[in-house]
Amino acid sequence: MNVKQQDKLATGILYTIAGIIILVLASLLAFILIQGLPHVTWHFLTAPARSFEAGGGIGIQLFNSFYLLVLAMLISVPLSLGAGIYLSEYAKKNWLTSLIRTSIEILSSLPSVVVGLFGFLIFVIQFKFGFSILSGALVLTVFNLPLLTRNVEESLASISSMQREAGLALGLSRWETVMRIIVPEALPGITTGMILGAGRVFGEAAALIYTAGQSAPALDFTNWNPFYIASPLNPMRPAETLAVHIWKINSEGIMPDAVAVSAGASAVLIVAVLLFNLGARWFGQHLYQKMTGTGKKGA
Amino acid sequence: MDPIRESLLKVSHQAKLERRGRIIGLFCISLIVIVVAAIFYFVASRGLATFYHDKINLWDFLTKQAWNPGTKDSHGNPAVGALPMIVGSFLVTIFAAIVATPFAIGAAIFMTEISPRRGMQILKPVTELLVGIPSVVYGFIGLTVVVPVIRQLFGGTGFGILAGTMVLFVMILPTVTSMSVDALQAVPRYYREASLALGATRWQTIYKVVLRSATPGLLTAVVFGMARAFGEALAVQMVIGNAALLPHNLVSPASTLTSILTMGIGNTIMGSLENNALWSLALILLLMSLVFNLLIRLIGRKGAMK
Amino acid sequence: MKDYDLTKTAIKTFDPEVQEIALSTDDLHVFYGSKEQIKGVSLQFPRYQISSIIGSSGSGKSTYLRSLNRMNDEIQIARVTGKIMYRGLDINQPKIDVFEMRKHIGMVFQRPNPFAKSIYDNITFAPIRHGVKDKKVLDQLVETTLQQAGLWKEVKDTLHKSALALSGGQQQRLCIARAIAMKPDILLLDEPASALDPISTSVVEDTLAQLKAHYTIIIVTHNMQQAARISDYTAFFHQGVALEYAETKRIFTKPAIQATDDYVSGHFG
Repeated sequence: MNVKQQDKLATGILYTIAGIIILVLASLLAFILIQGLPHVTWHFLTAPARSFEAGGGIGIQLFNSFYLLVLAMLISVPLSLGAGIYLSEYAKKNWLTSLIRTSIEILSSLPSVVVGLFGFLIFVIQFKFGFSILSGALVLTVFNLPLLTRNVEESLASISSMQREAGLALGLSRWETVMRIIVPEALPGITTGMILGAGRVFGEAAALIYTAGQSAPALDFTNWNPFYIASPLNPMRPAETLAVHIWKINSEGIMPDAVAVSAGASAVLIVAVLLFNLGARWFGQHLYQKMTGTGKKGA
Repeated sequence: MDPIRESLLKVSHQAKLERRGRIIGLFCISLIVIVVAAIFYFVASRGLATFYHDKINLWDFLTKQAWNPGTKDSHGNPAVGALPMIVGSFLVTIFAAIVATPFAIGAAIFMTEISPRRGMQILKPVTELLVGIPSVVYGFIGLTVVVPVIRQLFGGTGFGILAGTMVLFVMILPTVTSMSVDALQAVPRYYREASLALGATRWQTIYKVVLRSATPGLLTAVVFGMARAFGEALAVQMVIGNAALLPHNLVSPASTLTSILTMGIGNTIMGSLENNALWSLALILLLMSLVFNLLIRLIGRKGAMK
Repeated sequence: MKDYDLTKTAIKTFDPEVQEIALSTDDLHVFYGSKEQIKGVSLQFPRYQISSIIGSSGSGKSTYLRSLNRMNDEIQIARVTGKIMYRGLDINQPKIDVFEMRKHIGMVFQRPNPFAKSIYDNITFAPIRHGVKDKKVLDQLVETTLQQAGLWKEVKDTLHKSALALSGGQQQRLCIARAIAMKPDILLLDEPASALDPISTSVVEDTLAQLKAHYTIIIVTHNMQQAARISDYTAFFHQGVALEYAETKRIFTKPAIQATDDYVSGHFG
């Protein structure tokens, strides 16, 4: 076989590989959406789940997923901003900083089940938060912090140092310069990273089974007092999320329509991830245009 | 007195802000470091209790095959042999990497060298989207599609190493692919131009120039995928069968460290041997993720030296 | 490159009784890591005059300028020793509030670096942070500084448009306006016209000539004609040493040092 033929053969193989991958991935998406979407009705999205009979929904799980996501982001966004700012603006190049970076890297590569078990040990048992939204939100924060921090740091580092010099030369502190000039300019990148992080949190299950729990007690959607036991906002109640629900009904198999419910729930999850992805892109671009465009007052 | 001169010797509002900002940042970063240290401390102290407190022999733990911490064997020793899970975890990880690597690198070459326009327009967004798909969804598909197919083809239950491998293969494929694309894109354009100008064919250029110089990056991508496969819990747990037995073939029910861990931790009492033994499994997971981390660093350092 | 004797220097000194000194350095050294970039420079800059610093690239002129308002503090590996005297204080010491000092010693950089905000916000940003809240005062400040920087006529109708939409020359004049909005005592300019076209350059030069009435200006430039046109005093830097400092006319007509002569006559290197 001469080199020309080899070249042709290799190209052919590569085309086949690309084709197979697209086929696998497309059929994966198609399977979930075709199986799941017909099942997704208003009733399905709002009704509570049923354990032993068919016809249950995912209403409470869906609410739990969103509530947990909001709480987790409320904690992790400011923390990751602070940590990212420190790394990009204040950290000196020395052994301590490289130790910090290493530990962030290690944290980001830990299996989520290990992070979940740690959360179980600390938040659920030591701090006595029990299986609760709060424990879940805290463990999701641990799970999410390293990636968000790295994203903030990278976004800030991409802004020209000339902007920092401009602020400093006007007698402003580095902190003011960063908070009011650099962060607004880096906002497209930061937001994109945050939304992608939110998508990751939304689909996480392994870290939650032993922290937010695997049960979804009935909620009273008429009482929004966070201290009321059945209030949707009560952070101390156990809260099975959508992703945990899919795992749970498939592992236990007592629900007669488990496959249909899982397919529907998976479709909802995928659509949510899709929306997070598209949202991140759109929002990032929109912000970028707004920043560099016209007539913007203050920041 | 000169007011400017006076003001230079006082502490300005800005200086106070700067101090406050630095403290806030330091607080956030310390919190992360403390959490990492705490994870190591708590998992290690629980995981080591099996050996110190319950006096289990470390070698037995790693090499014995009987896993049933609640009961005792004929010699009166508790049955805590973790070998089946360790073998299971390594098997699914290695198989998944073996299957995924050619596909991932092939797709990456396709996207960067053969058909960048179509590749970037179709393949890239799809892989990026798939990176974000939750692992339970992969597990669910494995359960409803992969397991029945394997049952049809090979008999048995369909649960086992093969099903786990297939699920993990699809799961890590997008990650490895997009990291491989980054690695190939990092190869300077003039390498390719120089090679083509010397009369090499496109395949020769890819094989002898591009792949060679991208090797560290590609290796990193594969190791990264393996780390993800090794630590994946629920998707694998849903399809592997969760029998703490050494697998005698690819389609018999088996288990991984993560699957036994997720199944068991809720059903044991804190501080008991059953529970401690599970934490020892978690400790192995933790240490393995350190090993993968170290590997990636080593590859990076080797690559930088070249 | 020719080797010049770096120990033979001709530095003009002033009698403080006759000429008020705004800023001076005494045996200033700057190290980047272990490399000595500035090797003991002592210069005096008279008030309400323009002093320029010339020299080839790598002569240390920008490094020296950046030390004057301690911008080198922000570079981790940089270390500055020696005295920087300002209002009877050595400002090169930790007890001096560096932020307060920079309010009085402003700086304009080589490449225009407006904030990604509106023209109006670019100018008012720092004054607001330093406590000026009155809208009328701020409006007035924007108008005066833009007029002083020679930009008012061009932008008075687009004050709330993004500063990034301006041309390079306009951006640099905006940066000058932004710097003088702090009402500094001294204005440091680091090759402010190097990225500009000839027309913008001449506008900026006119602006500086007007500003001289209220500000002490120290400007680094690699453009000898520019130094000759606008400055009263000129310092020539070579390899981290100030070899000669004198009235600009003298530097360009009767320099005392061979290196200066070669440089200004184009026989350098």
